[in-house]
Amino acid sequence: MTESTIAAPRRGVPLWAQIIVWVLLVGLLVIVAMGLNRAQQGTVQPGHKIDNFTLPLFSGYELDGKSEINFEDLRGKVVVINFWASWCKPCEQEAAELQEAWEQYEPSGQVVFLGVDYVDTEPEARVYLKKFGITYANGPDLATRISQYFRIKGVPETYFVDKEGVLQYVQVGPFTSIDQIRAQIDPLLK
Amino acid sequence: MIKILKAASTSTKLPLAILIALAFTLTLTLMASAQGPTPTDDEVNRIAKQLYCPVCESTPLDVCPTEACRQWRDLIRTQLAEGKTEEEIKQYFVEQYGARALADPPNRLASYLVPAIAILFGVLLLARGFQMWMKPSTTETNASDPRGEAKSVDPYVAKLEEELKKQK
Amino acid sequence: MIANFGFGVLVVSFLVTLYSVFAAIYGDRTKNAAMVESARRAMLLTWPLLTLTAGILIYLLVNNHYEVQFVYEVTSRSMPTYLKITAWWGGQSGSLLFWSWLMSAFASLVTLRKWDRDREFLPWVIVVACVTMAFFIGMNVFFENPFMQLYETFTGIQPATFQPADSVLFTPADGQGLNPLLRHPGMIIHPPMLYLGFVSFVIPYAFAMAALITGRTDDRWIRLTRRWTLWAWLFLSFGLVLGGRWAYDVLGWGGYWGWDPVEIAAFMPWLTGTAFLHSVMIQEKRGMLKHWNMILVILTYALVIFGTFLTRSGVLSSVHSFAQSAIGPLFFAFIGFTLITSAALIIYRWDRLKSETRMTSLLSREALFLLNNLLFMSILVVCFWGVIYPLVSELFTGQKVTVGPPFYERATSPLWASLLFLMGVAPLSAWGHSTVKTLGRAMWKPLVGAIVITAFIFATYTQKVGALIGFFIIALVLLVTVYEYWRGVNARQRSQGENIFTAFWNLTGRNRRRYGGYIIHISMMFMAIGIIGIEMFQSETQGTLAQGQSLNIAGYEVRYNEIASWDNMPAGVRYTRSSIDVYRDGEFLGELNPRIDYYFDSQQTMTIPGNRSTLKDDLYILLVDWEPVSSSGATFKIYVNPLVNWLWFGSLLFLVGIVIAAWPEKETERVAAKARVRATAKQPSAAD
Repeated sequence: MTESTIAAPRRGVPLWAQIIVWVLLVGLLVIVAMGLNRAQQGTVQPGHKIDNFTLPLFSGYELDGKSEINFEDLRGKVVVINFWASWCKPCEQEAAELQEAWEQYEPSGQVVFLGVDYVDTEPEARVYLKKFGITYANGPDLATRISQYFRIKGVPETYFVDKEGVLQYVQVGPFTSIDQIRAQIDPLLK
Repeated sequence: MIKILKAASTSTKLPLAILIALAFTLTLTLMASAQGPTPTDDEVNRIAKQLYCPVCESTPLDVCPTEACRQWRDLIRTQLAEGKTEEEIKQYFVEQYGARALADPPNRLASYLVPAIAILFGVLLLARGFQMWMKPSTTETNASDPRGEAKSVDPYVAKLEEELKKQK
Repeated sequence: MIANFGFGVLVVSFLVTLYSVFAAIYGDRTKNAAMVESARRAMLLTWPLLTLTAGILIYLLVNNHYEVQFVYEVTSRSMPTYLKITAWWGGQSGSLLFWSWLMSAFASLVTLRKWDRDREFLPWVIVVACVTMAFFIGMNVFFENPFMQLYETFTGIQPATFQPADSVLFTPADGQGLNPLLRHPGMIIHPPMLYLGFVSFVIPYAFAMAALITGRTDDRWIRLTRRWTLWAWLFLSFGLVLGGRWAYDVLGWGGYWGWDPVEIAAFMPWLTGTAFLHSVMIQEKRGMLKHWNMILVILTYALVIFGTFLTRSGVLSSVHSFAQSAIGPLFFAFIGFTLITSAALIIYRWDRLKSETRMTSLLSREALFLLNNLLFMSILVVCFWGVIYPLVSELFTGQKVTVGPPFYERATSPLWASLLFLMGVAPLSAWGHSTVKTLGRAMWKPLVGAIVITAFIFATYTQKVGALIGFFIIALVLLVTVYEYWRGVNARQRSQGENIFTAFWNLTGRNRRRYGGYIIHISMMFMAIGIIGIEMFQSETQGTLAQGQSLNIAGYEVRYNEIASWDNMPAGVRYTRSSIDVYRDGEFLGELNPRIDYYFDSQQTMTIPGNRSTLKDDLYILLVDWEPVSSSGATFKIYVNPLVNWLWFGSLLFLVGIVIAAWPEKETERVAAKARVRATAKQPSAAD
């Protein structure tokens, strides 16, 4: 770094040094810009086609006997993806509503509820699931890959994906009533 | 083994051999069960120190007060009780929560190489600078040093600088 | 109403800074001195204007004007008045205003100095200072208005600068209250000090830019800014130290420095600033390294802005971060603008910054100073990479990583050790020439002393190799510095016939920068002792105790007596305070009260350690958990931090050293002034 002082005592900056300086500077700015862009982006926006992901399921919370979900296999069904954690107090407010909604839609076979357990430990997660009598498919967000994909800002957050795999609505924070959940699902069933 | 065989061969010492074998198995089972009960807080913290929970970023797990972190520490305790090693536990956390659970980036090469290269670059430039700086002075020696003359003769550094101070 | 007035004043100050920028440029282009003078006066006006703005904000804070969103967010009725005032810098928009206000104070100070010899710098100093100010005030005006009020509309309550149609002002009954972490006395002074350090680095940068733009690239700008830089460095150092102390007292980590990205963001300008303070001496004495000094000043300023950006834009997540906000893109544009302009200017003016002399010896003081700069830059590179690496990793591999203390400690500890070692060697080498022989002659006595001391430590205290190397270097530097000091004092005693104290006093007074520097070096060694102590010899334990039970650690016996919980409703806090007796070898040493404070308004807890501090070690106890019902069992985390007090002691001495080094040297200035008077042969009495 001290180089330049010495390299050209009587001339301007050598071209190679200029190039290095500008490349480094622009490179840094680009990285910061990308980081800023990522920080400014909210969650994945409605209208976005959700890419495939896999979600391993807790035993006892499988979906149709499968212990791992491939998101693409759910095409043709409305998918409700709920991010939660056992240490999350607001999650508890909506847990009963979500389960109730699931019980209403389960017989139709057209809707799938997925609970994605964010940064949680399995024993505590099980206690939580049992406490609220949750029966729909639930699994851990391994290495926070799914939450990173959805760019969640916190828990709880719920994502409603239509039959074509396109995101239609994002709920940030807990639901206060079952009608709120139904209001998002019903239009997608038509 | 050999000792036990020897002991077994001499009939008089047979009870002793049995006693030793018994004591041996007893300590073994005791050691095994010693792993079972709750590990101490210090053992948990020793591992927790090296982990970071994504819920409270940049706070080490051993001192993080949030509920999520308390759960993580309980998990470490459970796993220690199951007899898992430190490495296995850390590996488990990486699988569950991603590489950011570790205090140190897993890709050692990338994380240390870049600053190392930059520093090396700086060293090379400085070396080259010294080289270029020193060269002309060998040909021109003292003539090229108009400023330095007052300070150039300097066996008595302290005295000289003292004089300089007095000049003020 | 008052809030609207405050916003109005804010807008006016924004316009004034803008006017100042354009008037200065226009005045310089058209050689119109009156125009430049007008720009100068406009800049002077910013401080009263911003003081008025701040006064209004403080009035709103103190008088519970919760209809103002900022007031609602950072204060509550239960807070005492002094905390309501300091809440000014407890939130994003307020602290931005605080930044601008401090900046304007410095800008005013700088315009009030005598400019007769440096007329050509003036317009450009104004431009740089006012562009920076306009940027910060602009963020307040357009994105983070602290005077935003809450309005109730059909769709709900929303903050707005101007009253939306069909809405009524909404006044909540009470505010949310200040984050309890920010209620600590350390936190009340820590941000202002840090900000002072930050903004005062803008002035050297403004002079550097002025020198580059005008092409007057002789040593003048360096002479003008040297003292500014020292004061800036003082504030920044003080801010960092206070931050460390605050972390030690409040965060309950058992440590003072967590290598958190935001801490590092404040630390990076300190690194370049320190490098600058050293290399600037080479330029003064030897006329070398002009480019490099320029680069360092620019880097320091860039890192100040970059650090502020990182803290406030949400790019990095950290305990220190402000809530995410919209100022990111504007901030980014400003960073890009300053970096690119500065780089372009320095490349453009490169040939003007020639060195006057050449290096003559690899062991000369200037060569060693260059090594020192290399080491500081290396630490900077490590820190910068550590901060940026998680970002790079996530962007290019999708993998989030944490760069924690192990990385920084591993990568920087050899660099720190070399730096400390240099501190021992450099004061003994001479400017221009030095050989192994001269250096060896000067060094052998301290060297022998240091070896003896290290052997003693080896025999009595520790056998750890790393610590021994550290203690060896520390002993060497201390001996060298004290020896140098002593030689100076001795010389004065002999030549001036002074007694030892006056000799000491006069010696320091005569060359403040040099001996202030020595004091700083000594204080650094004390701090190093503390750091080695806590990093290498810390012991900790944790355990759950029933009443009357005790834990043993490092010779201490810690006995748990009782725990009590009570509410202090006026203050809005629930205290849970434990009582612990400390014994050593059966002797009762005292009682400690680690506690947990729960703040109702912000629903946050604070863990306050009980700390028994001696020069030998600190016994630092945290209350981790307790049984609320039976109140019989409680979990404590206990640290023994050897030697850590030396760190705080060293920090104090460090500040003393900087003040000595930065204190104006009257005599030299008078001499310079007299010389100037003689040269111009006017106003003979004006000099003094």
